Amino acid sequence: MVYFSKRCAMAILLAWGAVAPLSAAEAVADPLSQYREMLGGDNPADLWVSRGEALWTEPRGPRKATLVQCDLGLGAGVVKGAYARLPRYFSETGAVEDLESRLVSCMVQFQGFKREEILASRFGDGERHSSDLEALVAYVVTASKGERMAVPQNTSQEKRAYSMGKAIFFYRAGTHDFSCATCHSADNKRIRLQALPNLTTPTGAQAAYTTWPAYRVSQGEFRTMEWRLNDCFRQQRLPDLKYGSPAAIALTEYLARNANGAVLAAPAIKR
Amino acid sequence: MHSRRHPIRNAILVIVGFVALAGEVGAADLVAPSVQKTLEASFSAKGQATLARLAQDKTQGLCTHYATSPIPAKVVTEITAMGFATIKYPADGEYLGDWQRGEQIAQSGLGKQSSDDVEKPAGGNCYACHELTKAEIAHGNLGPSLYHYGKLHGDNDVVKKYTWGKIYNAEAFTACSSMPRFGHKGILTAAQMKDLMSLLFDPRSPVNQ
Ligand code: HEC
Ligand code: HEC
Repeated sequence: MVYFSKRCAMAILLAWGAVAPLSAAEAVADPLSQYREMLGGDNPADLWVSRGEALWTEPRGPRKATLVQCDLGLGAGVVKGAYARLPRYFSETGAVEDLESRLVSCMVQFQGFKREEILASRFGDGERHSSDLEALVAYVVTASKGERMAVPQNTSQEKRAYSMGKAIFFYRAGTHDFSCATCHSADNKRIRLQALPNLTTPTGAQAAYTTWPAYRVSQGEFRTMEWRLNDCFRQQRLPDLKYGSPAAIALTEYLARNANGAVLAAPAIKR
Repeated sequence: MHSRRHPIRNAILVIVGFVALAGEVGAADLVAPSVQKTLEASFSAKGQATLARLAQDKTQGLCTHYATSPIPAKVVTEITAMGFATIKYPADGEYLGDWQRGEQIAQSGLGKQSSDDVEKPAGGNCYACHELTKAEIAHGNLGPSLYHYGKLHGDNDVVKKYTWGKIYNAEAFTACSSMPRFGHKGILTAAQMKDLMSLLFDPRSPVNQ
């Protein structure tokens, strides 16, 4: 069914080129809203959500354990509302963690998986939807849909992560001299026809952060925030962002905290 | 965008600034060592994108340092002078190539990404940021419109020299520009830059229709 939806979506996206040159902005909005209308309220991400729920509750891994003891910040096993309050500091690991690194920590701690094994399929690769992490993320994020973003900043570790994230956001490097700010620090800018949110303002950060993770129509995959960041680093001509790395978490802290107060609308459907 | 820059005035300012250039600000101490360390720990090399790409040159260091505050005039002069000193003009004195090839280079967004094939030539991706022709509606707006560029600027060597320099190293004229330094960073070859010059200046090019 997802496969079928994806084909339809691709057809719409391909027809994009043939769209009469209205305004650039309309041309951007149009194919996606047609696709959403066609789905009539269904979100292909639901498939990842139900797979993720099963992965959370089934005994798995060398220890044949479930994840229901995993503390996502609101206490062992509490999933509802947790994503809207991440990243945060976890005293047990002594580090600020985003949802994705937290899930890896729990899979290692409770189920006995090896970190490298989990990370081998951190992102799914097309039709096979092979990443367990993406499914777990979809499940946990959906349990915060409709909640207000309230990322805490009570510890010095969280404050440091925020200023580190900000510093990385403005860090220019690579062959093209890009930083995140090159593409995301002014209003109403576009690369080609893709609208670029101004992530330095509350409005821009809120609109972007609360709609990720998302189902990516052009890829037929559910994609997480770490995937999004990695793909922007690729466009920045930088090397591969390590999953759950300090830079990934710091940037997520910066964006999430800037989005505080907004209602979480993820998983959304994106281009 | 409305305001076109004054290339000639800019070029003169740069030359004057060159002479006035006093002490330099060190790049190494500009970004906190903790930021460098965090970055080094957070990436792994992939394809052509090695960890060396995380290190900053002096211009990148200065522009990061002043990313959220006004750049002091002295630093603007320092950056533009450094940029100006890197520009290599065509050895044969010929600025022009083939506008049709130039159009392809302006369209292509390939090049230098970890996912790109090193064997294939990089593109300039000018359309990502600039309007160039009326036919291509899928253009970005980080940079000003370059539509009618040649028509508006006229066919003379001063303007061509400025434009070559701008594509070669945008920092020579605008400190901390968002535009990549295509020649200086080895993104485009001199031959590709000539083709792009023709796209901008050739009266038959769609840029000037
Ligand atoms: C060269 C330009 C460029 C740079 C540099 C860049 N991005 Fe992006 N970014 C984009 C584009 C284009 C999109 C939209 C992609 C799409 O629609 O497929 C995007 C999308 C995003 C989004 C999702 C927005 C949304 O509403 O869906 C986030 C968040 C983001 N970028 C963060 C970053 C961060 C953080 C950095 C620095 C690590 C960065 N970007 C660097 C071009 C860039
Ligand atoms: C990432 C965005 C970006 C890309 C890609 C880009 N530019 Fe630019 N360009 C800019 C910005 C921003 C300016 C205005 C600021 C400045 O002058 O540096 C500019 C200015 C210019 C100017 C000066 C215009 C004038 O009136 O003086 C020229 C010429 C130019 N660009 C040509 C090109 C060409 C040719 C390419 C492709 C090889 C290109 N640009 C790619 C962002 C970009």
